[in-house]
Amino acid sequence: MMNLTRRSALAGVAAVAASTGLAACATAGGGDDDKVKQGDTSAENPLGVSADAALEVVIFKGGYGDQYAIDAGTSLKQKFPKVVIDHKGIQGVGEVLQPRFVADSPPDVVDNSGAGRLDLATLVSAGKLTDLTALLDAPSLDDPSKKFRDTLMPGVIEDGTFDGKPLVLNFSSVLWGVWYSKSLFAKHGWTFPKTWDEMLTLNDEIKKAGLQPWTWQGKYPEYLNDPLVSLAAKAGGFDLVKSIDNLQPGAWQSPAMLAAAEAIYQLAVRGHIMPGSEGLSHTEAQNAWCKGQVAFIPCGSWLEGEQQAVTPAGFDMVMGTVPALTGSDKLPDGAVMAASSESFIVPAKAKNAPGGLEFLRHLFSQKVARGFAESAKALPVVNGATDGLNLSSGLGSVAAAVKAAGPNVFSYKFRTWYAPLSKAVDDATGELATKRINPQQWAERVQKAADAVAKDSSIVKHQR
Amino acid sequence: MRHGKYRFLAGSLIVPLTLYGVFVLSPYLQAFQLAFTNWNGVDSAPVFTGFDNFSKLWDDPLFLAGLRNNGLMLLVVPLAVIVLALALAAGTRGTKVYRVVYFFPQLLSVAIIAVLWQFVYTPNSGLLNGALSALGLDSWRQSWLAEPNLALWCVMAVMIWSSVGFYVVLFSAAMESVPGDIMEAAAIDGAGPVTVFRRITIPLIWESVQVGWIYLGIAALDGFALVQIMTVGPGGPDNSTEVMGLGLYRTAFTFGKFGYASAMGVAIFFLTLSIAVLLLRVTKRERVEMA
Repeated sequence: MMNLTRRSALAGVAAVAASTGLAACATAGGGDDDKVKQGDTSAENPLGVSADAALEVVIFKGGYGDQYAIDAGTSLKQKFPKVVIDHKGIQGVGEVLQPRFVADSPPDVVDNSGAGRLDLATLVSAGKLTDLTALLDAPSLDDPSKKFRDTLMPGVIEDGTFDGKPLVLNFSSVLWGVWYSKSLFAKHGWTFPKTWDEMLTLNDEIKKAGLQPWTWQGKYPEYLNDPLVSLAAKAGGFDLVKSIDNLQPGAWQSPAMLAAAEAIYQLAVRGHIMPGSEGLSHTEAQNAWCKGQVAFIPCGSWLEGEQQAVTPAGFDMVMGTVPALTGSDKLPDGAVMAASSESFIVPAKAKNAPGGLEFLRHLFSQKVARGFAESAKALPVVNGATDGLNLSSGLGSVAAAVKAAGPNVFSYKFRTWYAPLSKAVDDATGELATKRINPQQWAERVQKAADAVAKDSSIVKHQR
Repeated sequence: MRHGKYRFLAGSLIVPLTLYGVFVLSPYLQAFQLAFTNWNGVDSAPVFTGFDNFSKLWDDPLFLAGLRNNGLMLLVVPLAVIVLALALAAGTRGTKVYRVVYFFPQLLSVAIIAVLWQFVYTPNSGLLNGALSALGLDSWRQSWLAEPNLALWCVMAVMIWSSVGFYVVLFSAAMESVPGDIMEAAAIDGAGPVTVFRRITIPLIWESVQVGWIYLGIAALDGFALVQIMTVGPGGPDNSTEVMGLGLYRTAFTFGKFGYASAMGVAIFFLTLSIAVLLLRVTKRERVEMA
């Protein structure tokens, strides 16, 4: 009896579903005949913005807020008063925009950032993004004699370049280093080490003073990867970074990478890591550090903003660049891992792509970038935007690190390009830091994962 | 009059049925369709790839790890919850206040439960390690969720903790409907409390227990929310707490492989369905008729 009703109910449901054609698709595309006509180009209007077209801007409104993007819109409207800007500051960018990308009716500019962002590599391989070359070659807003591309910090354009095509422009610069409290170090007479050997020696000293030398955000092992791959890049130079990103056979088992894994492993072997760190969330680990229980913590340059509410007065946090791995590193002192975040894109099917590009020209101007540094406490990628500003201790140290590094700024792409590889590295590093595997095993595992990605034909490959 | 009745029925059902069709059935059907494509989430024209996605599942180490862990959870969680719930229901007969206490976790959302227990397990200031130290058991202190051998058991403990209360209430209610004269008669015949429980109570409340097996079996194949919020990685350390639901989520939203993720979803759907049917068959007993 029960079975009968269940079955007939299922059959009825199936009939309803079939008759209404619900199987019709999450994937139907739309047309693209409703594009705005491009306006005439001139010195004043190099990108050919049509003077009265609508412009839809979608901004991730996260830790940095969205005031800077509103400022950029205001700046654009001063030049094109008839343009109507539809500004949306939202979270969960991916959820909102995925169906619109599928239907090929995306907004004109998107800040694709935050936890729910769309996977950039996927957008790129699906051909959903506009080539930004026209914008890069346009004169900059502040100084028409300078091209837009020359106003950006080194590495920014490369960061958003996929197979030779600039498709993404990141607005905020992120540097990775090892953080410490200037006041704590002054009190004990310690100085930030220049080489990894000095780091290990200093750690012993810190332990003797009754403090824990290192902690890390164990719940998210990628935090400890950053110093590891930084050490490797310093020892192996730009060639090593490229070989990793290009999935070259054996790259993860190269001497520089192995030595870097050994360096991090030594922290664990020598008991330089606060016990229990492997089980701490980023907040717990960072708070222990802010309380002065621990001397060092690896993190990106957002740390100061993130810890604002719990940092005691006079703590004076400073980001030091990851020390040199050996005496014969290929990259000089001060070389630093940097990438940029807040990824701005102009979708390929944007109705008003010239307007989108013009928006970016205003966004990356001195005035808007300065406002961003002040309101968001982060470093914009526009050269000189923070000059003369009164920077806080952490942001000041980050700006100083950029200056000191000069052209020696490196960044790995494998994280954006190959998410499965990046997960494998995270897992392995978590095991390395708890001594459950040794550096050889670490390299072997990661290399295997890299080889698997290289072999997998369903993953689109990139080269640099 | 008759026509009026049908018209009324159709009229009142059309709205809920449409909603159900649009928000429940159509996503299911679309997932089945997408499982046979290489859709990346943003493409408008995914390519049909036949059974590729399904054959890939068999040598995907992450999916297999999830399958293994869900399998262990399926063996442990339902049994533990039902045994505990029966014991607590039998032990607290008539004292309603305990039932309220046991039911309490049921009122919390999974996200809150996961965050709470993360604080219980956290190594340096956590409740669990603190309690161990207070008892003088310092050598037992652990980084609970960061030990590959312990992490999954810690997650299962939370699953059991959070679901046991509901079944205590369910079983207690069923026990109360067992007529007192049967119990009395058994006692007069010389049956001890254990025999009464085994021979009288359990058979008479078996339908509730059967429901419990099925619900808990389905829950044991999930575990996504707890693992996603509580564990290292998440799913770690080193995939020791990976569950199929987490793998699906990651494949779709981190790796951008929506077609493959849909195939995982379809596989999980059929797995859950077969296990539910299996549990229904295995736990089937003659129904005791009480006139």
